[in-house]
Amino acid sequence: MASSTDEDNIQESHYHFNASTLALPMKPLMDSNLLQTSLQSGLSWTAKPTNTGEDDEELIPPENFTMVATWVYRSSFPKKKNFPFLKKLGLKSILTLILEDYPEQNMKFLKANDIKLFQFGIAGNKEPFVHIPEDKICDALSVILDRRNHPLLIHCNKGKHRTGCLVGCLRKLQRWSLTSIFDEYRRFSHPKSRSMDQQFIELFDASQVWKLVDKKLGAELGSIGFSTMYRGLYQRAQSPIRSTVSYVKHTQNVSAKLYRSFHHYQNSNSTTRRIIPTTSNLYRGSSLARNSSNSQFGSSTARVSYHFYSTAIEQHKSEAEPPPIYGKEVSDVILQHATKVDVKKVLVVGSGGLSIGQAGEFDYSGSQAIKALKESGIQTVLVNPNIATIQTSHALADKVYFLPCTIEYLEYIMERERPDGILLTFGGQTALNCGIKLNSMGVFSRLGVKVLGTPIRTLEISEDRDEFAKALKEIDIPVAQSVAVETVDDALKAAGEIGYPVIIRSAFTLGGLGSGFAENSQELHSLATKSLSLAPQILVEKSMKGWKEVEYEVVRDAVNNCITVCNMENFDPLGIHTGDSIVVAPSQTLSDEEYHMLRTAAIKIIRHLGVVGECNVQYALNPESLEYKVIEVNARLSRSSALASKATGYPLAFIAAKIALGHTLPELRNSVTKTTTACFEPSLDYIVTKIPRWDLSKFQHVHRDIGSSMKSVGEVMAVGRTFEESLQKVDPSFKGFQAQQFPELDEVLSKPTDRRLFAIGQAMIEKGYSIDQIHNLTKVDKWFLHKLGNIVDIQHELERVELLQNVPDYLLKEAKRKGFSDAQIASLLQNTTEDEVRATRKKHGITPFVKKIDTLAAEFPAYTNYLYTTYNASTHDIDFNDNGTMVLGSGVYRIGSSVEFDWCGVSTIRALREMGTKTVMVNYNPETVSTDFDECDRLYFEELSFERVMDIYEQENAHGVIVSVGGQLPQNIALRLHENKANVLGTSPVMIDNAEDRFKFSKILDQIGVDQPEWKELTSSEEAQDFAEKVGYPVLVRPSYVLSGAAMNVCHTSEALHKNLSEATLVSPLHPVVITKFIYPAEEIDVDAVAHKGKLLVHAVSEHVENAGVHSGDATLVLPSRDLSGETMSRLKDIAEKVAKAFEITGPFNMQIIKKNNSDGESELKVIECNLRASRSFPFVSKVLGLNFIDVATRALLNKDVPQPTDLMVEKRDYQAVKVPQFSWTRLQGADPFLGVEMASTGEVACFGKDKYEAYWSAIQSTQNFRVPKPGSGILIGKDDLTNEQDFVNLANMLSKDLNHPIYTSSPSVTRFLELRGIHAKTLDLPEDKKALLHAFKSNHIDFVFNLAQVRAQNVSDINYISRRSAVDFGIPLVNDPKCALLFVESLKRKREERAKFDGKLPSEIKSWAEYIGGNKC
Amino acid sequence: MQVLVRNNSSARLLRSLQRLIFNRGLATVTDHTVSEFAPPTVPYAQVYSKPLPATLKLKTGQIFQGTSFGAPTSVSGEAVFTTSVVGYPESMTDPSYRGQILTFTQPLIGNYGVPGLFKDKFGLMEYFESDRIQVEGIIVNDYATKYSHWTAVESLGEWCARHGVPAISGVDTRAIVHILRDQGSTLARLDVGEEAHNLDTTNVKYEDPNTRNLVAEVSTKVPVSYNPFGDIKIAVIDCGVKQNILRSLVGRGASVTVLPWDFDFTKVADQFDGLFISNGPGNPKNAIRSVNILRKTLEIYQKPIFGICMGNLLLGMAAGMDVYKLRFGNRGHNVPAINMTNGMCAITSQNHGFALKDDIMPIGWKKYFVNANDGSNEGIQHIHRPVRSVQFHPEAKGGPQDTEYLFEEFLAQVRDAKLKQTGTKIYLPETLPKQEATIFA
Repeated sequence: MASSTDEDNIQESHYHFNASTLALPMKPLMDSNLLQTSLQSGLSWTAKPTNTGEDDEELIPPENFTMVATWVYRSSFPKKKNFPFLKKLGLKSILTLILEDYPEQNMKFLKANDIKLFQFGIAGNKEPFVHIPEDKICDALSVILDRRNHPLLIHCNKGKHRTGCLVGCLRKLQRWSLTSIFDEYRRFSHPKSRSMDQQFIELFDASQVWKLVDKKLGAELGSIGFSTMYRGLYQRAQSPIRSTVSYVKHTQNVSAKLYRSFHHYQNSNSTTRRIIPTTSNLYRGSSLARNSSNSQFGSSTARVSYHFYSTAIEQHKSEAEPPPIYGKEVSDVILQHATKVDVKKVLVVGSGGLSIGQAGEFDYSGSQAIKALKESGIQTVLVNPNIATIQTSHALADKVYFLPCTIEYLEYIMERERPDGILLTFGGQTALNCGIKLNSMGVFSRLGVKVLGTPIRTLEISEDRDEFAKALKEIDIPVAQSVAVETVDDALKAAGEIGYPVIIRSAFTLGGLGSGFAENSQELHSLATKSLSLAPQILVEKSMKGWKEVEYEVVRDAVNNCITVCNMENFDPLGIHTGDSIVVAPSQTLSDEEYHMLRTAAIKIIRHLGVVGECNVQYALNPESLEYKVIEVNARLSRSSALASKATGYPLAFIAAKIALGHTLPELRNSVTKTTTACFEPSLDYIVTKIPRWDLSKFQHVHRDIGSSMKSVGEVMAVGRTFEESLQKVDPSFKGFQAQQFPELDEVLSKPTDRRLFAIGQAMIEKGYSIDQIHNLTKVDKWFLHKLGNIVDIQHELERVELLQNVPDYLLKEAKRKGFSDAQIASLLQNTTEDEVRATRKKHGITPFVKKIDTLAAEFPAYTNYLYTTYNASTHDIDFNDNGTMVLGSGVYRIGSSVEFDWCGVSTIRALREMGTKTVMVNYNPETVSTDFDECDRLYFEELSFERVMDIYEQENAHGVIVSVGGQLPQNIALRLHENKANVLGTSPVMIDNAEDRFKFSKILDQIGVDQPEWKELTSSEEAQDFAEKVGYPVLVRPSYVLSGAAMNVCHTSEALHKNLSEATLVSPLHPVVITKFIYPAEEIDVDAVAHKGKLLVHAVSEHVENAGVHSGDATLVLPSRDLSGETMSRLKDIAEKVAKAFEITGPFNMQIIKKNNSDGESELKVIECNLRASRSFPFVSKVLGLNFIDVATRALLNKDVPQPTDLMVEKRDYQAVKVPQFSWTRLQGADPFLGVEMASTGEVACFGKDKYEAYWSAIQSTQNFRVPKPGSGILIGKDDLTNEQDFVNLANMLSKDLNHPIYTSSPSVTRFLELRGIHAKTLDLPEDKKALLHAFKSNHIDFVFNLAQVRAQNVSDINYISRRSAVDFGIPLVNDPKCALLFVESLKRKREERAKFDGKLPSEIKSWAEYIGGNKC
Repeated sequence: MQVLVRNNSSARLLRSLQRLIFNRGLATVTDHTVSEFAPPTVPYAQVYSKPLPATLKLKTGQIFQGTSFGAPTSVSGEAVFTTSVVGYPESMTDPSYRGQILTFTQPLIGNYGVPGLFKDKFGLMEYFESDRIQVEGIIVNDYATKYSHWTAVESLGEWCARHGVPAISGVDTRAIVHILRDQGSTLARLDVGEEAHNLDTTNVKYEDPNTRNLVAEVSTKVPVSYNPFGDIKIAVIDCGVKQNILRSLVGRGASVTVLPWDFDFTKVADQFDGLFISNGPGNPKNAIRSVNILRKTLEIYQKPIFGICMGNLLLGMAAGMDVYKLRFGNRGHNVPAINMTNGMCAITSQNHGFALKDDIMPIGWKKYFVNANDGSNEGIQHIHRPVRSVQFHPEAKGGPQDTEYLFEEFLAQVRDAKLKQTGTKIYLPETLPKQEATIFA
């Protein structure tokens, strides 16, 4: 940025302020006893223009710009030594409202610089205007204003009333010119200043001023800087006080006009261009502000705030407003300033905990962004509470904050860190939403933070359906529009505009109820009537049933170079969220004409919107014509971009980050070839198929249909050279394309669920449906169906052959080329095992070939290590001399195995590389960092099946394979790898098997004297009942075959056990059930440890907040513990040592231990689970304790540089960290938000604090959609018979008495229960009708729900289920565990007290990771 | 000069129009009648259901065995590859591919079948770039026996068989590309049926298409006019012009006359407001007659000139530049070319095996576009005259449409020049007229 040059130009310029432009009517000087200083004339800026060039009247003198756009400064200026900055502003006068204790040096400074000081009021008088009539103030003001014709700084010290008064008077006088308000606020987010801000906005009749600006000066101003400034104010004015709509409308018009005039200036002539204030002025302003605040004002309270102020005098009538213009101007303006962005320190906003719809892909994109910034020598500050991510590892960002990605915390962090840039497009919707809000609050301009990459305005347009549709209309691109209506008449009207057929969708989650198609107005009338009885609002959309869904990933740099990196086509036609669709890349059924029509449109859109970086455009394409519509534009990195990145090998996020820094596409290199430019479009010589992974069977009452709202928790991708190969390779949990049994087959085919592919399987393989029949039901393009037909043909042929020895060579080869796995072939033949098939095919020389993913179809030599295997080839792309160490990744993200195992895998790879070992990574999850080709020496994007891993192992002639860092999936094939002579590093697979086999495990524990709860494997319901009676209820039931709902359950009574065993599970000798004594109440403890040859090296003890009974993945963990005694700690260590020794563990392991306190003060410790692998909590303990456990484990595995054993738990730490689960209940329609022994969370977050209360406070706020209850809002609490009464009463007491919240319960009995204990509560009737239910919540201002029920709901009419589900559906935070509830309420209490004693400092939890654990450890 | 006029708005001409559409595309302009014209095809009935074996032999010694899905004939030609992911009907009918055996790096080919013979209102083919398959043969990894698309009327295999073009699938196309990339484009032979079993490489006969004058083969034999009532008159020197180039010109309101490759333009230069030099196949040195004519033209003709692909090579040679054969050519839809006037990088559609040597530019000329990957020449322009040409294909079909603006610039230059000369305001069409598809069964 050439700010210094601009400044020089301005100084050189010969244009001077033309007084006539801003002539003020003189008013007679009036005496006023309020004026303590006599007024002096200081008309120093009335010089006539010295040059009247042809464009003269359109030019703005630079001084004028300074005047009209001087800013409102907010700082504690009078008390500090900060007057010198006034000099920079060129101010001549200060009007201050009260006499404060100005230090002498400030007065001296004023005198020396000839700055006049005017004062109202008397020092110490807090509300000086209270007794002064308004007209007196007005008079005084007008005197001052009349006499002064140069900038006036009005300094309001702290007082809302004074500010208000003054602004009110100014408004009355309509005297805005040459006036700036210098206001001292403390913290923007301080409750007190918030209300003051609101008043300020109310008093400050912005629309009037803007109208005047627009009318009088707007065209002449021509300042982009200016428009940006007041836009900030406008958006602030949109806060829900008043007249939001008119503000928005007006902003657009004024912006448009200013943009145009600015554009005009740009083109007028070169002299003009140099002196016109531009964005660089704005930047200069902000950097000035930043510098002054840092260096001169001291960093604690000095804040430089909103840039705004303006001029205008006369009243006028508004004229017809010009139509708003969107993207073009934005992009044009950007083009003019395409220089490298000058930033030194950039804040990267992460996406928080993994949830459905926002998963691991943002770890990938954030990590790449940080890599790109580091490469450019820019300091990075990362905010992400997701402790399991790789981006939060010490190797990447310079500073990491484990704090909520919310506007409040981001602002705190920016205040503290003072970054000069921010990246918002790498942290999913979370970061984007925060960015838009922070911008509208004016935080970025206040703190001088540049938004890098795609401008905020573009993000806003892409997020707002109406603006988006309007913007695309400007360039004649059709948009799929949906209209939200609340009445039947509006629905009919909307449909009339859209055109029939239409689809109706309800705006609330009702599980598809009330949705449907309408061909004409009669049908719509009846459908809308029905839908509106169920939901307050419905969406009317044009029906595009059966249309193809196609996506393009587009990249644009700031100088308008555009490329489309990848296009993708959905297997499922329109209507299913792309996250829930099977997707292929590149598109397969599009002709050149269609492909390039959509490509050209995508580029047109991205240029028009002015995206700088990466963007995703989704289309609906009519399968029978060239008609298409844009469904959505994501102006940020998305799941699709992660997929596109992995599918093509093009590092999208990395390039997007570089572009955000001002690099252009042609100047960037293709990191795969290293010799060609990044400005090209990858050409794929393979096909990629992505299949989502759902975990719906884990939930009870959940709706299985899939549609416009995403439900999948993860995805897998496979690369092949035929569609059949890539599809069948995609997920080893299924044996390729197969049939499942559906009684209502046609129904399942036409109404998609998570299992539709298998319904197609049933229709094709078993029922013999024709391709046309299936196409008519599913609308899946026939090309895909034909290809599936090819698979079925081979299946049938194999079945016909029956015996392996009869399978002809060509058929076996063809089967492999169509992606059949050995196991799949074996299952189609009679009496054949996978190993036999493997042996046979190897004998025939049928082995896979290794090919590169090189972005350019082998056109140029590529130095990539990104590989896949295929049978559709005859040569290898590489040779195999590395003998590297293989690391098996985590595979698909699912409930129970997620980004934490990716962290483990990547940490292992990094440790191995550090030790100088060559590495081979195998993983097939496109959302991961482990599948980034720059992380390892060789990356195989391959499924984690035994067959594939063994093929790679043999081909690579690998030195060894590590199975213990990728979660359960690699662990499952450990024994088979071992049996096939693969060198499995670490703990012997035989021991792994011993630990997984319950019988062997128990036996070993008994031998070493480690306690465990009683358990038994049983084969009939009666035996189960008997055993349960024997050990006593409650018992934990773990069936091996589940019919419906969650698999594991706790049964408190024999009825419950009977019900569970008969309804939900099948018990038979083939399907035994394991029953364990459920110890309750008891605490649960997680032990994560690493051992070397049976000797414990390190261990970490984390305490669960919840009592035992909540799955450890759903539990809230506290580390280090302050509540466990030293004796318990040493007993835990003892157990860990014994287990390590007994299982001869080398590498990571994890145990869950129950602690039951007996009446005599002794406590029992029982091991309930042990996994001889890295666990979910490894990243958490590593980052909290400042020691990478995986690093230690890798050294142990390689038996190289093994560190000495240390006891990390004896060290005293002055912090605690809390890990909190992240649930995705909102996405899982109907699912019961209940915590049980079956895991339900999709991710986790963790924060640090001085104690667990503070850590929990930040951590819980880091979970999605969490809101702290507003003071005085209603709180719904609930319990059932098994809820601990004391906990419940404590909770109610604290809420109602300590925190003054009105308490509601959902049943009269609970209300009575509370009333009996002296707690006032009201019963909230929860009707079944959702509309009435919502009303019940709204009218009672329910802001938080605590539901402490201990028993899972049996059906959907259970009152506790309704409470929990309503909370989720209405976006109200829910806490459903007693211990967590108490911890939260205690934290809330402490924090409220802390905030009440507000002292202007940042909250104490705003500390970086390094500050907590000590800089050298991270 | 004999000029055939086409205009479907005139019913009078419909009969002759239909006749023309039936028997010729541009690459083979004749004035024969339907009955005299023997289509280069075999009937549908000869499409085999049971795949025949097919073998690809490269002159460098490698052999690839697969199955045939096209015509049961054997051919020889130059093996080249394209990295385009879509657009096989467009590529295969592109006259620039004449004499070549084309390898598709995109592994799945034939997915959307082959469209019908639709024509637009100018009488230009909608989905094909000439009236026949121009490639000698095709090589794919995985052929889709069953297609699915709303424009498709037959499968790729049926189409190839009908046009007598052999096709092989089930071979490792990536391995072939490796060979072509490392050793350069090489001659190849595609054997189908019985011959495919002969794996002996010693006595294979390879034909080098680059020794033939391919331009003469594909060029029109007589001048033909399109859109006779356009506001400006453009002459197109046809070295194998693609249909979409003509559409890009007539669609923007120009009247176009297609001239044979060796037609002496200088004799009719005064009748035209601008000159366009088309794309075409093979070695430009075979078209030395065109170069000589162009050299003369540059001396006497002051109006705008624009060239594409072969046009770039010929214009460059006329300006005094040399050409060389690229090792494996640039064929694909993803090639970045940097515009040297403004630094912008565009993604272009390319298909060429020769390039201009631009390390020393002749006096009066400068580089227009440069390949961002390998730095080879992508276009030249005259320093002060409206004469320029590009190596890539701004008309796309297939490929990206990012550089279509070059046609607009060219026509704007022509209109400017005409306006200056005549001093009268001329008709400027607002947009490209909508294309209305008409089918002639």
